[in-house]
Amino acid sequence: MCTTCGCGTDEVKLEGGNAGHGHGHEHVHADGTRHSHEHEHSHAAEEGHGHSHAPGLSATRRVQIEQDILSRNNAYAHENRQLLAGQGIFALNLVSGPGSGKTTLLCKTITMLAGLPVAVIEGDQQTSMDAERIRATGAPAVQINTGKGCHLDAHMVGHAMSRLALKDDSLLMIENVGNLVCPAAFDLGEAHKVVILSVTEGEDKPIKYPDMFRAASLMLLNKIDLLPHLDFDVEAALAYARRVNPQIRVIQLSATRGEGMDEWLQFLRDGLASAAAAKQETVTQKLQPFVHALAAGGGMAAVSA
Amino acid sequence: MHEMSLAEGVLQLIEDAARLQAFAKVRTVWLEIGQLSGVEPEAMAFCFDAVTRGSIAQGARLEIIRLPGTGWCMACARTVPMTEVFGECPLCGGHQMQVTGGTEMRVKELEVT
Repeated sequence: MCTTCGCGTDEVKLEGGNAGHGHGHEHVHADGTRHSHEHEHSHAAEEGHGHSHAPGLSATRRVQIEQDILSRNNAYAHENRQLLAGQGIFALNLVSGPGSGKTTLLCKTITMLAGLPVAVIEGDQQTSMDAERIRATGAPAVQINTGKGCHLDAHMVGHAMSRLALKDDSLLMIENVGNLVCPAAFDLGEAHKVVILSVTEGEDKPIKYPDMFRAASLMLLNKIDLLPHLDFDVEAALAYARRVNPQIRVIQLSATRGEGMDEWLQFLRDGLASAAAAKQETVTQKLQPFVHALAAGGGMAAVSA
Repeated sequence: MHEMSLAEGVLQLIEDAARLQAFAKVRTVWLEIGQLSGVEPEAMAFCFDAVTRGSIAQGARLEIIRLPGTGWCMACARTVPMTEVFGECPLCGGHQMQVTGGTEMRVKELEVT
């Protein structure tokens, strides 16, 4: 038997001959590769024989990897996060199933934040319809079409960020592909994942798709103006969400009617303020040695020396 | 969930390692997959076969090591086993649980030539 590929004698084709002969034979490997080679040997008896197809190759060895499967995505996410922090940008990753009202909520939010700089990254499998809806509000938007992909990843978002020419101390909203499963695992560099559940869906969504509700720090319960017409049990939905994620914060709102929007806008303003403050803190820390040197009377020369 | 993307992530890690450690063929891949990671081992094996076709890991054996789920029950103030991310505490039956282990998705080791 071949010691390299494990091919058996049943796959070896012998063209006539007896023991003690030169012959060519063809192998078909498990992966479908077919190759043939010549070799010379003698058959002492009927037992099998060992030989290597790739002389010079060492025996197998073990290689320790110990790396997270998502480590490449996480490295891109880390880059995005640093870039955002450096500019004091508050970034949110909006996730939900299709039809929860994400784009309507975004358009309403941008209009109501009038004056505050907001940029949007839109993720969909196909079309740029959502980005066009956002641009109609006056905010810059980049559409990412994932094609067959079911989620945005940090690499795509990094490219979209560079195309947006983001302003300092601004808000970046990343609307993920409508999907309650896959986007949960992919960090994009955002401050928070915000999951949107609308009351026209089932109240058991949080336990049916627990990974997403566990990954989010805020849940927006949307379309609450429709509650009088539905059997949706708000308390049950909240209980399910807290069962999956005891820390999750919930805001109930209606993007079309405006109820609850003030609380959501306040959340955004608070986030913007803390992102800007964190940036300022970093700048102050970086300037600290210069300030000390100047206070000590050494001037800038003392710092550079 | 998105096992195809994950399988691509595994292949990327293998190809990175191949460049650094100079190996030409992968025989076996050991993955550590936590019980609460949301990854289906069968789907992972299927996708792994698909994405490694034509690569140095083509035909490699995939060994999946399942790691148990654990959580911190806030009511009992102790670590308990968990089988679902929204599981109940097996001691008090409560849901005030924080997952502490079992979400791993790691490439542990390779057998290469």
